[in-house]
Amino acid sequence: MAPSDERTGWRARLTSPTATALFALCFVLLIGLIFSGDGAFYKWSTHRDALRQASVYGILACGMTFVIITAGIDLSVGSVLALVAVAFSILSIHKDWSPWLAVPACLAFGAACGATSGAVIARLRIQPFIVTLAMMVFARGLAKTISGGMKVSTAMQRPDGSWAAAPVPDVFKAIDSRLLGDNISVVSLIFIACIAISWIVLSRLRWGRYLYAIGGNEEAARLSGVPVVAMKILAYALAGAFSAVAGLCQAAQEQQGDPEAGIGYELTAIAIVVIGGTNLMGGRGGIGLTLLGTLTIGYLDKILSVNAVPEASRLMLTGVIIIVAVLLQRRKD
Amino acid sequence: MYTMQAVAGPTQTDTPLLAMTAICKTFGSQEVLRDVAFDLRAGELHVLAGENGAGKSTLMRILGGVIPADHGHSHINGSEVLFRNPRDAANSGVAIIHQELSLVGSMSVADNLFLGHECSTAGWLHQSDSNQRAREVLGRVGLSIDPRSAVDSLPISSQQLVEIAKALALDAQIIVMDEPTSALSEPEVRNLFARIADLKSQGCGIIYITHRLEEIYTIADRISVLRDGALVATRDRSDLPPDELVRLLVGRNISDQAPRRSVTTNDIRLQVQHCTVRATRADVPPVVEDVSFDVRRGEILGVVGLEGSGVSELLWANFGGLANRATSQITIDGSRTRINSPRDAIDAGVALVTNDRKRTGLILGMDIVQNSTLAALPRLSPFTWLNHSAETSLASESAQQLNLRAASMRQHVSTLSGGNQQKVVLAKWMGTNPRVLLLDDPTRGVDVGAKHEIYLLMNQWSEQGRSIVFSSSEWPELLQVSDRIIVMHRGRIVASFERGAATPADLLRAAMGSTRDE
Repeated sequence: MAPSDERTGWRARLTSPTATALFALCFVLLIGLIFSGDGAFYKWSTHRDALRQASVYGILACGMTFVIITAGIDLSVGSVLALVAVAFSILSIHKDWSPWLAVPACLAFGAACGATSGAVIARLRIQPFIVTLAMMVFARGLAKTISGGMKVSTAMQRPDGSWAAAPVPDVFKAIDSRLLGDNISVVSLIFIACIAISWIVLSRLRWGRYLYAIGGNEEAARLSGVPVVAMKILAYALAGAFSAVAGLCQAAQEQQGDPEAGIGYELTAIAIVVIGGTNLMGGRGGIGLTLLGTLTIGYLDKILSVNAVPEASRLMLTGVIIIVAVLLQRRKD
Repeated sequence: MYTMQAVAGPTQTDTPLLAMTAICKTFGSQEVLRDVAFDLRAGELHVLAGENGAGKSTLMRILGGVIPADHGHSHINGSEVLFRNPRDAANSGVAIIHQELSLVGSMSVADNLFLGHECSTAGWLHQSDSNQRAREVLGRVGLSIDPRSAVDSLPISSQQLVEIAKALALDAQIIVMDEPTSALSEPEVRNLFARIADLKSQGCGIIYITHRLEEIYTIADRISVLRDGALVATRDRSDLPPDELVRLLVGRNISDQAPRRSVTTNDIRLQVQHCTVRATRADVPPVVEDVSFDVRRGEILGVVGLEGSGVSELLWANFGGLANRATSQITIDGSRTRINSPRDAIDAGVALVTNDRKRTGLILGMDIVQNSTLAALPRLSPFTWLNHSAETSLASESAQQLNLRAASMRQHVSTLSGGNQQKVVLAKWMGTNPRVLLLDDPTRGVDVGAKHEIYLLMNQWSEQGRSIVFSSSEWPELLQVSDRIIVMHRGRIVASFERGAATPADLLRAAMGSTRDE
């Protein structure tokens, strides 16, 4: 019996998706070591900030990973983020809800948005691209409706027309703070928690196995008794819930709920998942790869910014890197 | 053996439209075509008959330029041709109309007819010329439709005629039709046959592949029989009575490699009543029509049918695999069981091995363990938490019983041989401890050794009291293994044989829709 491709030792290991993603990250870090922005790259605070800035994208990418593993896509994560940021701000600032109520309510709201997309995709058999495109537009509209088209901030108009500032809710401050002697941001910890939860679902729960099976061969999965409809709804609900987590973080960091927030974030989240090496065709990949992808994109952005590279060039470089990353992966497939 | 010369009577002096001589083809170590000679005259319909796997489609793929022959020559109108690709064949006037039509559904009829040969000057399309020419060509196949209408909007029967018109638009003289009537209703079939008669009168030669005896004896001028890659006869229809044809189609020795010790008891394990599967089109008769059968404890029931007879659908329907297209009353061990989804079936102790492991059996990107535990996962992971060691031990246990050969249990199934892949599928179903196994051609594409192992395994399962419904494209083996055989034709059970009561010829005669009395 010929040995399988992935068991031929170090050579196969070097071309595995994990190794490729790790290689890409190391390459980016190496660039950082060389072009350190006058030594900024050698300071921990730079890394702390890189991690903090990448966290919201990373949280979205966690949710996106579930969906992409089922061979789907979710374009609505950026809009759901904005919707939840607005809802969270209204509840916390204006309605004085306790965070113990507001946070679960917002998570459930995000999950419900995702579950709706998932139900339409799985039950009515419409392409995920179209359904989540519709949800993207719908959620953005809903965010603008409930916010009245304005940013929901601590600035409040009194009945007599004058403005006053409400106190920033404690939960906002807590999420936007740093721990361990100012060395790590809370949002980064939330991101790490999201990675951990996603890992458990994908690698330790039956549900995760089913998601891979659906992405690998939906018909074979169905004929093996996999509840395809329920599992697809689960994947999109998880993507919605993680978008909600990202929305909470976004609101806390900005101390407001901006209905225009998160535009284009879905594309960054997809880029992170793809650079990590999770296959857009479904069935292959994992959350570890998404972690590596998040770090790669986050550090790339940070290194370019500490070297004062203008945003225009950053975007162009990111585009090139996505293509290179995908080419690297294809060689092994 | 009858050769071309043997049938070319004294009146046949002109050169044939097509002459293929000494065609050989080998795939790997398997000889698929052995020294085949085939000819086609202008204005005749030549039926190419053969059991599944006899080499018909390989011969037609060679004619169509899809694959090259290892040896042999082809002559069209007396001059030698060599096709490197399908385009060469099309340019020489060969058109092949497959069962799955190759039209672009969203494009208009006219655009389809001239696809790749558009009426244009320097890239500028002449729409009205094209529509005018399209009308002419459609007229030749008796279709009076607007050439601007989208192919999608036409019924399958018209699409088929469009496909024939497309062949005519390319001046095809040799038209191959592969089971063209399988998706057609009765009046549509009659219309198609009338059009075929027109084509013959226009001087086209038609090679026609079908499994239906009554069709052969309705439209054939000559019949060629392929068996195990060799041409065993070419005769005029009048010289080949149906009984003789069936004998020629089957005529092979039955190897006795899987001894069967029947352990059938009298208690009925699976009872299927009034199983009906609707076709995907409303105006076509059901694929399976009101079929009822029983399987006893430990019995192996063979189900036989030619392509399109509804055997696969019958098995899928009783596994809940066809959702709302199928209705069936299923009783297992005396209690009525509702099976609306594969999950219901698995919970009721029913397993289905499909006839296409790559498309419907395996998750190729997953490893052996993950594939072999997929159906049993609810039992192996209480509260959805995966138990990796339980999975590995279940998979290894099955692998050992099935004699699965792999470098590691973590090997991806895509890297396994066909026989070992099939064993992974079987392992998946052993994990669910089924009472009833529905096996749809479980030995397809599997080497001889693995085949033998699968038959032994079926014996073992039946000794454990499991009931097996078994279909196979290899009838001699099916006769060997089954305790009882039912034969399907056009969605109905047309015959039933006890063990030892049938010969392959009996099965074929029944499966082709003929009765003993005819």
